[in-house]
Amino acid sequence: MANLWNRGKKEDEPLIPRHSSAPPSPSELSREGIPRSTLPSRTPEPVPHATDTYRATAGSATIGKSVVIKGQIYSREDLIIDGEVEGSVEAIEHRIVVGPNGKVTAGVKAREIMVQGSIKGDVEAGDKIDIRREAKLVGNIKTQRIVIEDGAYFKGSVDIQRVETTKAPAPAASAPRPQTMAASAPQQALPMDPAKR
Amino acid sequence: MPASPQGSPEPRNSNGLDQFVAALREHGGTPDILDLSGANQANLDFLAARGRLTSDEFTYAATTAFGSSGDFFTNQSDPRHIETFCKLSLDYPPDSFDGILVWDCLEYLAPELLEEVVQHLFDISRPGTSLLCYFHADQAATKVPVTQFRIIDSKTIQTATRQVTRPTQFYSNRVIERTFQKFQSVKFFLTRDHLREVIVRR
Repeated sequence: MANLWNRGKKEDEPLIPRHSSAPPSPSELSREGIPRSTLPSRTPEPVPHATDTYRATAGSATIGKSVVIKGQIYSREDLIIDGEVEGSVEAIEHRIVVGPNGKVTAGVKAREIMVQGSIKGDVEAGDKIDIRREAKLVGNIKTQRIVIEDGAYFKGSVDIQRVETTKAPAPAASAPRPQTMAASAPQQALPMDPAKR
Repeated sequence: MPASPQGSPEPRNSNGLDQFVAALREHGGTPDILDLSGANQANLDFLAARGRLTSDEFTYAATTAFGSSGDFFTNQSDPRHIETFCKLSLDYPPDSFDGILVWDCLEYLAPELLEEVVQHLFDISRPGTSLLCYFHADQAATKVPVTQFRIIDSKTIQTATRQVTRPTQFYSNRVIERTFQKFQSVKFFLTRDHLREVIVRR
């Protein structure tokens, strides 16, 4: 799993991932004498779509495992932290993933947070926080939804933010009742369901 | 604490939990709840819907502080190990909680440490706070399980054995009453399976 965080990352690579440019045309290839087989394939690599972890790597900024940052981080894109961060981290509209090697001693704010490494600090996720089996989180959590796997270490308080959903206008009497209503409130829905009469 | 293969989870009725939840309801406002079992999804979902939940890894703290080197039980009387333990668990201000799920955490503590931990529990709970504790009731047992508790609903829990360890002492009703003598009341629920549920009122 750890390899995922540093895929293709070498010691001399910059922190910010380079944007991949379009591959050269065949005429350019022949001009430069580059054998085609050495070029990366146009076909994208197969993505293990089952893991949320990997999905986050596309279009994310990455703090590699040998990087230590002290200070404040504000991100306007998804952020993967696999190194050490001390200070504060914010990506209000985006997702933060603390990788297996990630060690964050900071308050963390994001739309969505996934923890595989360790966080020591208060955590606020506008949407969801996902604490994986190998994670260690010491701090208070404020979020709408929380998922915690068995084996995760968590010490702190949990404040679940309830979202007030605005009530939809009542359907007209003749309008058919959606089936989901029958599933969520069978006591009321059953007498109104013609099939059940 | 020596590890053992995990037991399969078993659902069981819990009058103690029922009383604990009823006490939370009586609170009226938003009660502050402390769960010493460490976080698991079932307890978190149930408890966070009923108050402000604080999760604490008591067993992990005990294992880290006393079990890293030397004898787990002997280390419990060593001030350095106790200091480490107190930094890892129960480090809350006085009068912080309205309900504390202690589960079976006290069962594996040597008498010296037990006294200190119970005093801690007294200090961090508010007057009227309920504590739900479990003690094994088999006097002849040489090994007792360290149990993982999951809340299914307000009257049902699921238990699974995480480890086995030797009991530090047999907790008869009398011993339990003496342990919580500073508290207002102690209520026992006897069960079929050598597990005694106790509701303690601060």
